[in-house]
Amino acid sequence: MATTTPRLRHTPRPARRPGTRSGPLTLRATRSTSRHKRRSATLTALTAIMLIYTLLPLAWLAINATKTQQGLFNSFGLWLDGDFALFGNIADTFTYNDGIFTRWLLNTLLYVVVGAGGATLLATLAGYGLAKFDFVGKRAVFATVIGAVAVPGTALAVPTFLMFSELGLTDTPWAIIIPSLISPFGLYLMWTFATDAVPKEILESARVDGAGEFRAFFSISMPMLAPGMVTVLLFNVVATWNNYFLPLIMLKDPDWYPLTLGLNSWNAQAATVGGDVVFNLVITGSLLTIVPLIAAFLLLQRYWQSGLAAGSVKG
Amino acid sequence: MVAAVPEAGARPAARPSAPERRSWTGWQFVGPFMAVFALVFLAPIGYSIYLSLFRTRLIGGTSFVGADNYTEAFGDAQFWSSFGRVAAFLAVQVPIMLFLALLLALAIDSGRLYGSSFFRIAVFLPYAVPAVVATLMWGFMYGTRFGLVGNLNDAFGITLPDPLSPDLVLASIGNIVTWQFVGYNMLILYSALRTVNPALYEAAEIDGAGQLRIIRAIKLPALRGALIIATIFSIIGSFQLFNEPSILKNLAPNAITSDFTPNLYAFSLSFAGQQFNYAATIAIVMGVITMIIAYAVQLRGMRKEL
Repeated sequence: MATTTPRLRHTPRPARRPGTRSGPLTLRATRSTSRHKRRSATLTALTAIMLIYTLLPLAWLAINATKTQQGLFNSFGLWLDGDFALFGNIADTFTYNDGIFTRWLLNTLLYVVVGAGGATLLATLAGYGLAKFDFVGKRAVFATVIGAVAVPGTALAVPTFLMFSELGLTDTPWAIIIPSLISPFGLYLMWTFATDAVPKEILESARVDGAGEFRAFFSISMPMLAPGMVTVLLFNVVATWNNYFLPLIMLKDPDWYPLTLGLNSWNAQAATVGGDVVFNLVITGSLLTIVPLIAAFLLLQRYWQSGLAAGSVKG
Repeated sequence: MVAAVPEAGARPAARPSAPERRSWTGWQFVGPFMAVFALVFLAPIGYSIYLSLFRTRLIGGTSFVGADNYTEAFGDAQFWSSFGRVAAFLAVQVPIMLFLALLLALAIDSGRLYGSSFFRIAVFLPYAVPAVVATLMWGFMYGTRFGLVGNLNDAFGITLPDPLSPDLVLASIGNIVTWQFVGYNMLILYSALRTVNPALYEAAEIDGAGQLRIIRAIKLPALRGALIIATIFSIIGSFQLFNEPSILKNLAPNAITSDFTPNLYAFSLSFAGQQFNYAATIAIVMGVITMIIAYAVQLRGMRKEL
């Protein structure tokens, strides 16, 4: 055995990089067919402990969304109460305070569509530009972006707030949307993805045919970049949908709150003297807030998992 | 992955057959990103440094004070106690989370689990849950009124330690953060494991290597880069700790003070105390410390790789 180890270590690691044309999805297929393993019930049971840990709080949330405010206090947390109040709770969540929850939902959608959508587009263009062109100042672009990633985002919050307040942007949707447009992680992922996914021969033949760079990008490269874009979009959507710190600083007016800030304000009500205690609505609202994202991750898992895998191949 | 980062800038230069002759065309693609980047990243950093050199007093207005704010920060007991808290958090929570993520990634990659793709997606799901919802959910469960802790106390007639008490609240926050990010880190590690050539495993098995031996000789070395990345992300996340304590504050007002973490401290300095200059100074000091530690981890990781 001692002799095998050095040989293993020095075996050059053949790139399991996806073929440029077939995309990263081939990665999984080759792997699963090449390995036949007997499955282990013990290992499965051990891993299931971790599964319980991750799913138990979500189950608690779903169960308790079916209870009235009174029922929350009178029943066991992991079992249903006598009356099933889920639909009543949902109706109350949407109508409480003149339907402010609906407003928060629409705000969140606005921030997500413009912010995360814009961030994905900017990251795709820039990642493609870095992967496929050599240009003056490219190294400086890299050094700046990589250096800035290490700067804790919250360190920028106070000066960004002061800048935006002088520009008159605080308490408007722009205060949330503009900072959401930049995703250094998205840029990195699109850069590594575009390097492999778009063969330069195709671009060169497009140039020979006289297509402009943007025409070549939108008609030829963009379809090849789609799996990477879905991944980046999904992670940007999560970041924007879940954003709390930025809106907390930028927004005073509850009419512009996203769901996260709104839910927190409902919860904070209980701590204030004379505040309306609506834990059942906080719980139901929380459930309604996470359902769309969980659904998106489940439905799109083929795309984002392959996109992530392609990103890590680079390393 | 990490090794690619410092090399990144050099990459195009090392490739003489550049896809396009050196020109300004690339800027048409990179330009829009960089313009917004300058507005929301570079300008605030510059402004922050500028702010930190001034001080506003009630009498006399704003004046240039040089490094005075920094001197004050270095002697600020409140700041250093909040720093100590996140450092302790970093030292305990991050290793636990990454170790769990590593075990999960190895288990799922081993091909010996029933329903491994279900495990992979289910463990990752908490990442999609906003910090606000995760914190409220766990905060309620921790509660003695209608939480699980209260339920257990009632059911068994016992008194469990209160997770929201001042002694335990940091550990309780650690649990929330672990819950949110263990799956995300698992996925980073898992993706790295997938890049190993399966022929290596076959060769090792033919040579009679057991599973543990394969993990030690093949998988762990392959994971080094991904582990460093995950560690750096976790360090940045720990030093930035804000959302969870800030939200939990409503449920545990006595346990979480306004200077619980450096970020919470900077936040209350600016928005409760209007001390924007000093808050910017605290943010810069934290930013520099974070960068130094992240850089040290990266250097150490790379040295071992040689």
